Amino acid sequence: MPDSFLFGAILQALINGVISGTILAVPAIGFSAIFAVLNYPNFAIGALASVGAYGGLVANTVFGLPLEVSLLAAFATAAVAGIVVEWVAVRPLNQAGALMMAIASLAAAIVLENVIRFFWGNGLRGYDLPMLRDVQFGAIRVGPQQVKNFGISIAAMVALWAFLALTPLGRAMRAVADNADLARLRGVDPVRIAAVAVALGAGLAGMGGMLIGLDTSIDPLTGPRLVLSIFAAAVLGGLGSIPGAVVGALVIGMAEELTVLLIAPSYRSVVGFVVILAVLTVRPAGLFGARA
Amino acid sequence: MISYLVFLAVIGGIYALLAQSVTLAWGMAGLVNLGLAGFFGIGAYASAMLVTWGGVPVPVGLVAAVIAGAVAGLVVTGATLRLRDDYLAIVTLGFAEAVRIIASNEIWLTGGTDGISGIPGGFPRDWGLGFHAAWMGTISVLVFCVWFGLRRLSASPWGRALRAIREDQTVAAVAGKPVARMKAEAFAIAAGIAALAGALYGHYGSYIAPELFAPLVTIYVFLAVTTGGNGRPSGAVLGGYLLIAFLEATRFAAGAIPGVTALQAAALREASVGVALILLLHWRPQGILPERNQKAPLV
Repeated sequence: MPDSFLFGAILQALINGVISGTILAVPAIGFSAIFAVLNYPNFAIGALASVGAYGGLVANTVFGLPLEVSLLAAFATAAVAGIVVEWVAVRPLNQAGALMMAIASLAAAIVLENVIRFFWGNGLRGYDLPMLRDVQFGAIRVGPQQVKNFGISIAAMVALWAFLALTPLGRAMRAVADNADLARLRGVDPVRIAAVAVALGAGLAGMGGMLIGLDTSIDPLTGPRLVLSIFAAAVLGGLGSIPGAVVGALVIGMAEELTVLLIAPSYRSVVGFVVILAVLTVRPAGLFGARA
Repeated sequence: MISYLVFLAVIGGIYALLAQSVTLAWGMAGLVNLGLAGFFGIGAYASAMLVTWGGVPVPVGLVAAVIAGAVAGLVVTGATLRLRDDYLAIVTLGFAEAVRIIASNEIWLTGGTDGISGIPGGFPRDWGLGFHAAWMGTISVLVFCVWFGLRRLSASPWGRALRAIREDQTVAAVAGKPVARMKAEAFAIAAGIAALAGALYGHYGSYIAPELFAPLVTIYVFLAVTTGGNGRPSGAVLGGYLLIAFLEATRFAAGAIPGVTALQAAALREASVGVALILLLHWRPQGILPERNQKAPLV
């Protein structure tokens, strides 16, 4: 009997991990997409996730929009904030190198975080959602909201895949990520593609911030708390690789849930740090990365 | 008023130490340590735990803090020094977060979120103003020693090789410089200095807790270094004291805005730090005291 109890607990942790990993993949793709096209780590990604979460909150609780539309609002708010950060704070430094851009993005993150704090305070805010009872399958318990978030995350990834694979703009973005000089020779405008990549990356981060907040509640640090997991997913998958970010996020999601089972829940984020160190020591290019 | 100014001089000295740590790693070696707050915290905890619970004298705690910081610096850089520099930025940012989480949760070791209180102050606290003045003297001397040491290091062959690595590590490697080892050495010394600042902070203030080592501290110090000039120890010292003047000025400025709650005022102050850093990076990245030796011309 203890064996089957343990088995059930592990299975439950893995299912939770797949769900949380799929949701985590959304902002992780955003981080990796910006890195792939603009070649610097955007440390505002956590703050942008918070911006999206609050953008969705306004759409949902002030304008009374349904969840799906509010998620689009979260995407749009964070995309606009991401573009502003890029154009005002980061882009003017692109001659000074990736590190300067990364530092500027971190400074911008502090500004964004405090803009949120100025208007909404530090308190917890919740979305206006119907309460739903957990669904039970034998020993396994799943919340319908989680299943819905899982589905939405998958839908967002399919939409992203369709954009990258089927539209001319998406193909141009992949070309720039692959080789910016060759893409420019073929007439791709790098400034426009950079803007699209930032809007897409920041938008996905914002959507991810709201998806994670849907389950519980949000505060200004909702996004920054995710940062370690996002980095870990992106580094594990290979910085700049979008499929890598998805696989990385799934692994991190499961590893975090298993840690909750084995050690203490608050160590979830330390898992991310350990994974980052281990991956960079053993295989810096990550699972799918081409460069390091 | 006097005691307020002495207090500011102590805190300014602690930030001047942190800024010199960043000058060594970033200004001289080109290594961005976004986990500065983590090393600051490690030093504070190492010394506070040893002195408060282990009963060792404060100077021993300070030395232990420097060692703990340097060792942590080596561990963190071990995986990344052969990779592109932005990997180190990611790892250090993660490191600071991990330090904070561990400090918050290992209650048996660190007191958890309650922190450690009653840390011995080195000098008797009932000296009143004398206590603060004694700390101001001690920290000023340490700021001077680190400044002097960094200037010597910077002028030494080691310092020149380090700057060569910063400018072009391939060329430096071709010239026979042990690039990864020198970067690790520079980063470890810098981490040790940051840890020393943390230990001093704990003993002076008598209380530490995980939230004192939030990422914001790192931003503060990058602002200080960018203000003063990131390539020169003198710039870092100047920047550290100017930072405290700036933070105090924003305190009065934010308090003077009508119709703003205390929380909103705090948010405005933090945001102004971020805005100031962005503006400086754009308009005067070399700082008030720019680096003096000439950089290689761009071809």
